[in-house]
Amino acid sequence: MVKVAIYPPNSLILADLIERKGHTPLALQKQIRQKIKDPEIDSPPMNITEEDPIKGLKYAAIEVPSGVRGRMSIIGPLIDAAEAAIIVDGAPFGFGCVGCARTNELSIFCLRKKDIPVLEVVYPSDEDETMLMVNQIMDFLDSLPGGGGDLEGEGNVLGEGSEENLGGQ
Amino acid sequence: MVKIALVSCGTEYSGVQKEIEKAALKFGAEIILPEIDLDYINEAYEKFGFSAQSSSLKLMIARAMSIVEGKCKPDAVFIATCFRCAEGALVRNEVRRFIQNNTRIPVVTYSFTERTKADELFIRMEALATTVTRRSILAREKQEGLTLGLDSGSTTTKAVLMENNKVIGTGWTSTKDIIESAQTAAAEAFEGTGYNWDDVEGIGTTGYGRFTMGQEFGAELIQEELSVNAKGAVYLADCQKGEATVLDIGGMDNKVITVNNGIPDNFTMGGICAGASGRFLDMTSRRLDVDITELGPLAVQGDWRKAMLNSYCIVFGIQDLVTTLAAGGSKADVAAAACHSVSEQVYEQQLQEIDIREPLIQVGGTSLISGLVEAVSETLGGIEVIVPEYSQHIGAVGAALLVSGMGNRHE
Repeated sequence: MVKVAIYPPNSLILADLIERKGHTPLALQKQIRQKIKDPEIDSPPMNITEEDPIKGLKYAAIEVPSGVRGRMSIIGPLIDAAEAAIIVDGAPFGFGCVGCARTNELSIFCLRKKDIPVLEVVYPSDEDETMLMVNQIMDFLDSLPGGGGDLEGEGNVLGEGSEENLGGQ
Repeated sequence: MVKIALVSCGTEYSGVQKEIEKAALKFGAEIILPEIDLDYINEAYEKFGFSAQSSSLKLMIARAMSIVEGKCKPDAVFIATCFRCAEGALVRNEVRRFIQNNTRIPVVTYSFTERTKADELFIRMEALATTVTRRSILAREKQEGLTLGLDSGSTTTKAVLMENNKVIGTGWTSTKDIIESAQTAAAEAFEGTGYNWDDVEGIGTTGYGRFTMGQEFGAELIQEELSVNAKGAVYLADCQKGEATVLDIGGMDNKVITVNNGIPDNFTMGGICAGASGRFLDMTSRRLDVDITELGPLAVQGDWRKAMLNSYCIVFGIQDLVTTLAAGGSKADVAAAACHSVSEQVYEQQLQEIDIREPLIQVGGTSLISGLVEAVSETLGGIEVIVPEYSQHIGAVGAALLVSGMGNRHE
């Protein structure tokens, strides 16, 4: 079982696939949830304060916009903890996104330069491509140490209308 | 409550969302996010035609489109993107132009860092809220009765006494203790008029010290300087009808305000860098050993191209000017180069953020430096620049004018 980083980091579908294969998804939601639950901070909606973009200096220099560094302060630790990664390129909003192209570029580069197994797939445009992408992801997860866990319903991971389930537009 | 739509690329990720909301709330405004669905984002984005890579910018475009198309009906719009993001700056400016070209909703733009605090945003939010809630006051074109305007600026404090649409007394002193400086300036304004504090029918305060002065003197009007200066400028320049742009290069910050029929409808405010302020010219005059009042005429005689100036910085730029003098350059050329430097930097940092509407009315103490006025006109391609009488007292004139519509304090 390994910790698998995903990109987009808030993709529920990717996180679900990873969990189904017995690995641990490194998803943004958990990080955000932790911040929101923190009773000490009151800076809605995400409790990101001035300190967070400063923490992001670990990943990007001061001349990089605060929004990139603020995002990296949450995504960066996930990348640091990653033992494997799945990157989906060209995904639409509904599949998950962090909103900032520069953050995407930096995060993906950080994942690529880590010495870990990385699967890169392009977001599918039809059902055939969708099945292909899911199979690639499943094979990749199986190939990781401790992979091939619970496959309940694996044959119908996406169910009917798979493109919509993926947030396709 | 005034509704200000936030159109941004994700202020929450920079930790400034709370500061923006705090600033709005202080002036009776509420920040709202135009609600849109996923399908509308792509539709609006394609209609707009800007190919942005960041999905937050696509969302920003869609939010702007929803305002223009009337799906969301805010009273004002605050557009913000991260400082130093090129893509964000491009979209911010185009979205601002798009909203202004298609609606009459007041807009203000801002580029933020994680250090942005509510204090920096107060004046912008106050001005936005004012243009919405105090339109009737801003529509005042004539001063009536006897009113006193006090403007406590970062460098100087100004007082203007007006009676029945005429300036009858002015006062001007450097800002030290807020109240004492205001009293000194007011005493100067009262001098020779036969009036004193007890005769005044209304007091209006503006500038950095407006709240302190307002409380001390029981002012009827306490107003930020963006609205007040704009009003004072169009009043003095006799441009109350039609469009105009007001430029105030101050001692600490600069303001550019566009006005339509006497009411401000957009503004930009900047500062922080002393090289783009009146302070740079103050330093230059000291280095040249000439009085600040002589700097303008001196600059008009010079040619900025003949003086080396490799930096806008108040430290290194001034050092360059000294080097030019040491190499035998003329004082006139150095004075011209200093004016050109300030003008160019104001243009690069601020005037580009706004669509200039002619005529341009230049106000504030720096408007008395003729070399700077000439440099501003040249930088803007030779447009007409008006410097009205009492331009250095603009805030005080605006405050005295606006407060005259708020009733007589003795009644």
